[in-house]
Amino acid sequence: MSLVVAKNIIKDYQTGEVSVSALKGLSFEIEPTSFVSFVGPSGSGKTTLLNLIGCLDKPTVGKLTVAATDVLHLDRKQSASFRGANIGFIFQDFNLIPVLTVYENIEYPLLMVQNVPASERKKKVNTVIEAVGMTDQNDKYPDQISGGQKQRVAVARALVTNPKLVLADEPTANLDHKTAYMVIDLMKKMRDEFKTTFIFSTHDQKIVGEAEILYTLEDGELTGRQVRGGKGNG
Amino acid sequence: MGNLFKIAIRNLLRYKRRTLLTASLITVGVVFVLVFISVSGSFKNMMIGQITDSVIGHLQVHRKGYVASIENLPLNLNLKAGLAAKLENTLNKQPEIESYSTRIKFGGMFSNFVETTNIRLNGVYPDKELKTVPLLASRVTDGKRVLDKGGIWIPELLAKGMKVKVGDTIVVVATNKDGSVNGKQFIVSGVLESVTGPGGRDGYIHIEDAMEVLRMEEIEISEFAIRLKDFGKLNAFGKKLEGLLSKELNQQNKAIFELNTWEKLSPFFNIARMIDVMTFFIKLMLIAIVLISIMNVMIMAVYERIREIGTIAAIGTLPGRILNMFVIEGFCLGIVGAIIGNIVGIVLIFILNMLKITFNFGQQQGLILQANVNPADIAAISVTVIIVSVIASLQPAFKASRMEPIKALRHV
Repeated sequence: MSLVVAKNIIKDYQTGEVSVSALKGLSFEIEPTSFVSFVGPSGSGKTTLLNLIGCLDKPTVGKLTVAATDVLHLDRKQSASFRGANIGFIFQDFNLIPVLTVYENIEYPLLMVQNVPASERKKKVNTVIEAVGMTDQNDKYPDQISGGQKQRVAVARALVTNPKLVLADEPTANLDHKTAYMVIDLMKKMRDEFKTTFIFSTHDQKIVGEAEILYTLEDGELTGRQVRGGKGNG
Repeated sequence: MGNLFKIAIRNLLRYKRRTLLTASLITVGVVFVLVFISVSGSFKNMMIGQITDSVIGHLQVHRKGYVASIENLPLNLNLKAGLAAKLENTLNKQPEIESYSTRIKFGGMFSNFVETTNIRLNGVYPDKELKTVPLLASRVTDGKRVLDKGGIWIPELLAKGMKVKVGDTIVVVATNKDGSVNGKQFIVSGVLESVTGPGGRDGYIHIEDAMEVLRMEEIEISEFAIRLKDFGKLNAFGKKLEGLLSKELNQQNKAIFELNTWEKLSPFFNIARMIDVMTFFIKLMLIAIVLISIMNVMIMAVYERIREIGTIAAIGTLPGRILNMFVIEGFCLGIVGAIIGNIVGIVLIFILNMLKITFNFGQQQGLILQANVNPADIAAISVTVIIVSVIASLQPAFKASRMEPIKALRHV
């Protein structure tokens, strides 16, 4: 069964009296444990689409199912709970909480969102922190580590709850190429290790090559789909 | 909950200067209120103590209508021996009463054989009177602090005006309720320091001498002054005694007695109330200080952390928990301000007491300021500050919790 099913998704924004169509009738399906990328130029609708899949926004028209849940009918609180239970987020600017250490940032979703008991929490945090290779940076604060390290922490935070889906909006945009490749490799490794589906957006052509399924977006429309191996059966 | 506190404290420490300024503002407010309450409370208590313990007592019982005509000291409104005995019987059964004093009040002429003037006198049983108004003896500035039969304590101003001193013989002439005039010689045995308020410039003689001057065959009492064991129970006991006295009716089925607390008898109750009103407004100022400073700092905190709020909301943090995060920050600021403010306030009050500051009250000079810190005041101020801090945080916290994650994440 597909993890994400989108049917004729339309998203319009109202700017004053002008209506702007960000997504124009998108339909696609994404299978579990895929490593999917949406590519396209700025303004093509990548972020809008990721926001819809991540239940941060709702389509104007269409049907969207994520992890077998019709996300259109979730209210604010239900959306938050759904995200907390099923979706991990990786942001372009890392978005780590500056007053929390590396360990505490990773622990945050287990502690403040899922209320996981302390012993189980410790075990889960240590597993992901080791997987992303940040064990020796546990006690450092975000402003004491590099951009690449921050994104590794962000990956660990997204994975610590063992979500069905991780969404990453331009996860390498603020990183140099070497670090960007390392982060993408880490995401792939994590996908294999934690059996999680990764969907990320990028406009970086070099990173695009790392995706197993590639959707191309232009002007809010899906203009292409390429399967480059791996688990690209969607 | 512990983790919410940890995050809140770290966020407060993140903007150290701002947190310090806000906490300082709250501290100053708390110190100001605490010192004001202590000093004004001390002044108020001293004032009430002076009035009740020097002259009035805590409560007074008269025949109905006496207080309305008290300026005339109407002898025809005295309580006859039977009624007085009945009242004494009732008072003797009240465990709340420390002591009571029976007084015959009357006006007369005071003569030093050269000049004559008016005088208001209280005929009292000295031992009962001194138990009921224990500061009376300390008002005797010259002479004996014991009032024997044939002796008279006269007010200081009268002594000066009439050039009378302790040991001098004077004459008191008075008209009794039948219109008969009588006089009696007294030896001045004490000069009384005046106190401000009703009865503060009265003279004192023994009750048996008063009966003799007024040619009373049976004792008649103008006034019962009552002292309670616990002044704090004044209102409760007042109601109780009023209930008991209201059962005593005359032939017209109307109450015989009337009971008044010091508050109704002394105009200084209005000053005491003014102090309370001022204290109330000072407390309002504290609330305003806390409310505005905390709200300001929390609005800033929310504004500066919009992207963080977006991140934690996107991760799945429930709106209620985001609200709690910010409310706890305000709560912590309130706690810190209250604790530091109370400590500084207590130290300041201690220093004020060490300085032994003096002030005057009416005729009394050089009263030493004795500011007391009441634990109930500390608790009330602390609770107020903390509650107001939480209330002030609610609006910004609510705004944070209602933020759309998508908009918050886009915020630059």
